[in-house]
Amino acid sequence: METVAKEFEGKLPQKIINEAVAEAKKRSCSKDQLKKIIQYLKEQYDDARITAGEGIGIVTAESFGEPSTQMTLNVFHFAGVAEVSVTQGLPRLIEILDARKEIKTPSMEIYIKKEFNKDMNVVKKVAASIKETKFADIVTEFTINLSKLQIEATLHQNRIKDLKLTPDTIAKALGEGLKNVIVTSSPNKITLKAKDAENELMEIYKLKEKSKDIFIKGIKGISQVLPVKKDNEFFIVTAGSNLKEVLEIKEIDETKTSTNSLFEVLAVLGIEAARRTVINEAKKVIENQGLDVDIRHIMLIADIMTTSGTVKGITRSGITSGKSSVLARASFETPIVHIINASLVGEEDQLNSVIENVMLNQPVPLGTGLPGLVAKMIKGAEKGIPKGKAKK
Amino acid sequence: MIDVFMDEKFIGEVENQEDFLKKVKDERQKGKLPNTLNIWYNDELKEVHIEIANGRVRRPLIVVEKGKSKLTAEHLKKLEANELTWKELFSQGVMEYLDAAEEENAYVALNEEDVTAEHTHMEISPSIILGLTTSLVPFANFGQSSRLNRGSKAQKQALGFYSANYLVRMDTDVNILHYPQNPLVKSFMYDVSKQNLHPAGQNIIIALMSYEGYNMQDALVFNKGSIDLGLARSTYYRPYKAEELRYAGGLIDEICVPDKEVKGYRSEEDYKLLEDDGIIFPESIVKEDDVIIGKTSPPRFLGEIDEFSIAANKRRESSITMRHGEPGKVDFVMVTENEEGMRLVKTRLRHQRIPEIGDKFASRHGQKGVVGLIVPEADMPFTVTGVKPDLIFSPHSIPSRMTVSHLLEVLAGKTGALDGRTIDATTFSSEPEHDLRKTLLELGFREDGTETLYNGLTGEKLKAKIFIGNMYYLRLKHMVANKLHARASGRIQLLTRQPIEGRAKGGGLRLGEMEKDCLVGHGASLLLKERFDSDITRIQVCESCGMLAVYDNFKNTQFCHRCGGNIVINTIQISYAFKLLLDELRALGIGPKLNLKSKYDDGSRTQRSK
Repeated sequence: METVAKEFEGKLPQKIINEAVAEAKKRSCSKDQLKKIIQYLKEQYDDARITAGEGIGIVTAESFGEPSTQMTLNVFHFAGVAEVSVTQGLPRLIEILDARKEIKTPSMEIYIKKEFNKDMNVVKKVAASIKETKFADIVTEFTINLSKLQIEATLHQNRIKDLKLTPDTIAKALGEGLKNVIVTSSPNKITLKAKDAENELMEIYKLKEKSKDIFIKGIKGISQVLPVKKDNEFFIVTAGSNLKEVLEIKEIDETKTSTNSLFEVLAVLGIEAARRTVINEAKKVIENQGLDVDIRHIMLIADIMTTSGTVKGITRSGITSGKSSVLARASFETPIVHIINASLVGEEDQLNSVIENVMLNQPVPLGTGLPGLVAKMIKGAEKGIPKGKAKK
Repeated sequence: MIDVFMDEKFIGEVENQEDFLKKVKDERQKGKLPNTLNIWYNDELKEVHIEIANGRVRRPLIVVEKGKSKLTAEHLKKLEANELTWKELFSQGVMEYLDAAEEENAYVALNEEDVTAEHTHMEISPSIILGLTTSLVPFANFGQSSRLNRGSKAQKQALGFYSANYLVRMDTDVNILHYPQNPLVKSFMYDVSKQNLHPAGQNIIIALMSYEGYNMQDALVFNKGSIDLGLARSTYYRPYKAEELRYAGGLIDEICVPDKEVKGYRSEEDYKLLEDDGIIFPESIVKEDDVIIGKTSPPRFLGEIDEFSIAANKRRESSITMRHGEPGKVDFVMVTENEEGMRLVKTRLRHQRIPEIGDKFASRHGQKGVVGLIVPEADMPFTVTGVKPDLIFSPHSIPSRMTVSHLLEVLAGKTGALDGRTIDATTFSSEPEHDLRKTLLELGFREDGTETLYNGLTGEKLKAKIFIGNMYYLRLKHMVANKLHARASGRIQLLTRQPIEGRAKGGGLRLGEMEKDCLVGHGASLLLKERFDSDITRIQVCESCGMLAVYDNFKNTQFCHRCGGNIVINTIQISYAFKLLLDELRALGIGPKLNLKSKYDDGSRTQRSK
């Protein structure tokens, strides 16, 4: 058995060979039978491989382009559980492929380590500690005191207790966040007054709105948390993402916790993780829309986007700028910039890709245009074949 | 405390927003505050907003108080007797104009029966949710909303009788339907909007069945007999105009039969239809490129001297000719003056359009299709009584589109035609389906509208019962006669040497970016090259410098502007567009060079000086 396996080593992926051997042993096949089986597997494997000269780039582009035109007609671009909404469909796909730094709805899935996982209270505690608390969240009522020209905020006592805050700590956080404002605290009230006495009504109103956004407690960026139970396991879905700080929490299972923000993954976990995130996120969108794109197309896109070591989008500043051909770059947005820069350094275009050859009306090096003719040349033939010698 | 904003500006606070809102609304009704003011309370943000700015869309609603509509039977009686005006209804507080914001606080009932104590307002009529054309769709409440939109869009494109004085008008792109009819099945809005004065369709008999596969995918099969009797026949009118313009230097255009000396003179044959004044005579039959109005213009540039002719005769021929692919008859000729008192000639061409394969038709339910086959009357399927459908419609067009209203119209149309009356199909208040079925049954027909049909080709009885009935069908303005186009070779653009664009100029059909991608995706590399050969050129390249060289075929000499005469040149084949790109780069001061290598080379390229 093992000799047969050895024979095919390197010609087929080891995983397929191992599987075939294991299955053959279970069904007690003979050596010859196993050989035939693997032979057949090899045929199938070779048939499934992409032939030389196949335009995989353009096939990938079309395979992505066709379903995305379907998606424009689809209305379901947003989805999510309860208050945590997630961008989906075409807008999300564009976000991924463009490698946007700031995505519309950053979101995380935070898993809890096994030892804490059974207890709902621990999960709730973790969730509460993650959530970013702003001043507006712990205030029941804002009043503008017109006579004293100050803002009086009544505090939400129960919420403060839950978050283990005191009026003093709140006042301190407010003092850090707001400049030129005098903050005074009493057991159930916080008073804000601008330092420069002459205040217009409009200014006070603006101050009131500004104070609502002051960060008090939690992890910055995470605006909503939602503990979810799925298959007897708790995890927390969030709106807003901060992978670095979340991974520092000790109750969290850092092997499973994930975010949908490409650049956070890149910064915290590195380029391979970012590539995987591109694949996962793109796949998620396509599956959610009930469409079917082969995973290998998505992998090709993810490879192209991450091959340089950073995440580059499918845009003119992203992967297009990395093309070696001047004409190919110039044919996609802002041609003048590319041509001028190329002429400054005296770039040479080898005409190795598709678009350049279409522009020159030459066969593109794909499919039927790929194979060349090997011919025996007569000496001095570059200057045209001399008459009478052509037959030789 | 609740913040109050006026036109999105903070103006103060109130203790109790409900009292405040009520007071403002009362004052508004009394006329102390402007009628155009709207106020609403945002419960989420705890803010009251007052809006008085321009540009807010508002709509009238009937006020409801304590579960009772303020509009009573008494009001209606007075309105009918003209004792009460629309404006007075508002000052009396019976009705109110709400904007999009104030509507957020309102709870509007659709019908009077639905009104509860919670409601604040009531719609004037439930069908008010539809626009003018959409409310013309019969049984609209049985159709899918997107289909209603398409249905109303189709009605805007339908040929009909747009104006009674069309014969003295010179409108562009005019189509007149020869025998327009009012629909048998119509909504209340049809009469209210005076659609009956300019109908735009015909009541025809349709059968829902397949016919030899010629009505697949929204194609329609027409009865030749019906078309011969004038079904959906229309006339297309197009005006052509010529003006004698005045130019600088006292020169003017002249409408006349051009003189033989004129630059660009066609031939005597081309001007034979013109009368002595240079204008074509009415009822003459013309085809494409024929001269309709003869005209000559002064030379384009003053001082343009033609060496070989006498200086006086350098006028240009600038006659008005028929457009490509549009034959017709001269319908009307008019000679008048323009604003400057110069002669202005307008002629109108007429062309009868008999329905043909490729013409577009639609029902009022967003069910559009093109004619796929015109069948001789003898081959059409027929009923026991000998009725043959005018049109055969594919039943596969119905389930996925869910246009139940389409089926109901056929049933109602059949009932109406047999009972001799029009059927009311107003949205939400149409004649009920079971009444229609009952009438049909009483008239001796199957109540579901189906009938036994016989195969027109063999005379055999069709196994299935066929749904057949009357329906109002629209002929849409998109006709193949205006769109058919093909080209093998023809005019090219001067700059790029690529074929020109557009049907009117006999242009090429573009193989665009995505079509190119398709060929690349299939690896059909050489086919793709051949497709783009339309602007193929041969250019000479200098071996030593890589710039364009010159080869003089006449003297059999070659030289390069840069390297002189003693050089080696190569001839290569590229697209003219690329040659143009190289030229333009050179014009910008960038010097692109072509490094050539033999197709059969082993890859080592010859070194060139840079």
